[in-house]
Amino acid sequence: MSGHSTYQPKTGIERWLDARLPIIRLAHDSAVSYPVPRNLNYLWTFGGILAFMLVSQIITGVILAMHYTPNAALAFNSVEHIMRDVNFGWLLRYLHSNGASMFFIAVYIHIFRGLYYGSYKAPREVLWILGVIIFLLMMATAFMGYVLPWGQMSFWGATVITNLFSALPVIGETIVTFLWGGYSVDNPTLNRFFSLHFLLPFMIAGVVGLHIWALHHVGQNNPTGVEVKDVKKDTVPFTPYATIKDLFGMVCFMLVFAWFVFYQPNFMGHADNYIPANPASTPAHIVPEWYFLPFYAILRAIPDKLGGVIAMGGAIVILAFLPWLDTSKVKSMTYRPIARQFFWMFVLVCIGLGYLGAMPADEPYVTLSRILTVMYFGYFVALAVIGIFERPAQMPTSIADSVLGGSGARLAHATASEPQAKG
Amino acid sequence: MAHATETTGTQPTRRDFLMLTTGAFGAVGAAAVVVPLISQLAPDAQVVAAGAPIDLDLAPIAEGQAIKLFWRGKLIFVRHRSKKEIDEALAVNIATLRDPQTDQQRTKPGHEKFLVVYGSCTHLGCVPLGSAPGEPKGEFDGWFCPCHGSHYDSSGRIRKGPAPLNLPVPPYAFTADTKIKIG
Repeated sequence: MSGHSTYQPKTGIERWLDARLPIIRLAHDSAVSYPVPRNLNYLWTFGGILAFMLVSQIITGVILAMHYTPNAALAFNSVEHIMRDVNFGWLLRYLHSNGASMFFIAVYIHIFRGLYYGSYKAPREVLWILGVIIFLLMMATAFMGYVLPWGQMSFWGATVITNLFSALPVIGETIVTFLWGGYSVDNPTLNRFFSLHFLLPFMIAGVVGLHIWALHHVGQNNPTGVEVKDVKKDTVPFTPYATIKDLFGMVCFMLVFAWFVFYQPNFMGHADNYIPANPASTPAHIVPEWYFLPFYAILRAIPDKLGGVIAMGGAIVILAFLPWLDTSKVKSMTYRPIARQFFWMFVLVCIGLGYLGAMPADEPYVTLSRILTVMYFGYFVALAVIGIFERPAQMPTSIADSVLGGSGARLAHATASEPQAKG
Repeated sequence: MAHATETTGTQPTRRDFLMLTTGAFGAVGAAAVVVPLISQLAPDAQVVAAGAPIDLDLAPIAEGQAIKLFWRGKLIFVRHRSKKEIDEALAVNIATLRDPQTDQQRTKPGHEKFLVVYGSCTHLGCVPLGSAPGEPKGEFDGWFCPCHGSHYDSSGRIRKGPAPLNLPVPPYAFTADTKIKIG
C-alpha cells in the first residue's frame, strides 16, 4: 500500500550507501513516509508500546543474566544477591518482573483492539496469525522466566505446567521426563529453562519483524474498518503524526509502569515466591501469574485431565482461526450492533475467567468456570452465526469521510485547513 | 545424450536418481543429527545413578502417621494405616472407582497396614495434603490435593476431582518384617 519509495538521498555518502545497502531507504519508507490512516485512536499506540516493552525486557534481562546463577542450589540466593548487593539490582529486577506484567497488559489491550475493530479479517489474516504466534511465545517465555527465581511458586508452577504434557496419551510421560531431564522438576529443568528463557525473546523479536512486515504490506486497519481508498485524503505520514502519538502513548504507559516498579513492585507477584523451592510441600493455594489466570480457569473447569489441557490450548489456538470463524465482512464492531454486544460480553467473560482462575478449586467457582468456559468458546460460534443475518449500520464511504464529515464541500474546506497541508 | 529423456519425462533419468538418493541421504543425515540434540534432554547418567534403590525402616512410623521421603527426586508417602482406614479402603466397591484397583493390589500381603505411594497428584503433580497431622485428608480419609481439588482415599485411590489415576505405588519389597527396599 505504501507505493513507490519517496526517499531522496541528500548527501554523497547516503547515495553511496543507498546503492549498496538501501537500509536508510527502508527505515524512511517504513517509519517516516509510511502512510497511516488518519483516524487511528490511542488503541493503535499499543503496537509501539509492545515494541518498547520487548526491548526493555531484553535489556534488563540480559543484564540480570550477568548476575543470576541457574543452579537449583544457588538460584534463589542469586536473585536475593541481585536485590541486595548488585548496584541498582533491585531496580533492574523489578523492571523485569513488572515489565512482564506490563507487557501482558499491553498485549491484551492490543489483542482486544484487534478483536473489536476486526483487524484479523482479510487481508490481515497472516498478520493476525503471526500475532497469535507471538502471544504463544510470550506465554512460554514468561512461564520459564517465572521459574528462574526458584521460589515455591516457581517450582510448583513449573511442576503443574510441565505435567500438562503428561495428559497426552502414550507419549505424554516420556515428553515430561524429557522436559525435566530427570524424574521430577530439578536442576536440569532449571538449566534448560534458563537457556530457553534467554533464547525465546529473540525468537519473539524475529516474529515481530514478520508481524511488522505483514502490517506494512497490507497497511493498518483503522477504527472504521474501511480500507484506505485515497492515500492523499485518507492517510497522514507516519512521521511526525504516528511517531509523536506513539511516543505520547508510550510515555503515559511508562508512568503506569513506573508506578508499579517504584510503589507496588510486588503487587502482581506472589508472596510464596519469596520462599525457596521445596519439593516436599505444595503451597496451600497455588495460582499462576495473573496473565495466565483465564486460561488456568478453563483448564480447571473441565473435570477431565486431557480434556482440560485440550480446552486450555484450544482457547488460544482458536484465535488463529478467527479470520475464518467470523463470517461477517464488516470489520469494525462500531457498525455491528449485535456482534458488538457479544464482544463486550466476551471481554467480561475473559475478566470473569481471570477472577475465577485466582479462586480455589471449590464451589461455586467450579460451576461458574464451566459456564464462562462455554461462553468463551460460544463467542466464536456466535461470530460465525451472527455474520449471516446481522444488518450492519451505515458505514462511512471512506476514512476521510468518517473524520471530516460526509459532504464533499466540507471535506475540501477541512483539508485546506489541515496542519499537514501547511507543513 | 540424456536430453531426450529429460524433456519427455517418460522415464526416470540419471538426474532423478541422483536427486532421490541425495535427498534420501540428506534426510537420514539430518535425522541422525537430531538424535543427540533430543537425547541430551533425557535424564543424564548422574540423575539415573541417583535413582538407585533405597532402604527404609518402617518400625518408627506410628499407627496413623505418614512420612515423606524422596526417591529419584520423587516424593513418596509411607503411611501406617489404622484399622479403620484399612477397613474403609477394603469396603469400597471397586466397580465405582475411576481407576479400579483393590486395596490388596496396592499393598503387600501381610503388610496391609503400610501403604506406600508416590506423593504427587496424578492430575498435575502437586503434593496432596493429608500426611502431616492437622492437614486436610479429603472426604475419603486419605489425601486432598489443594491445587485442583482431587480427593484420594485411604488406599491412595482417586475418588473425586480432576485427577485421572490413583496415586501410583512405587516398586518396593519387604526385606524384613518392618523393612522395605524402594526401587
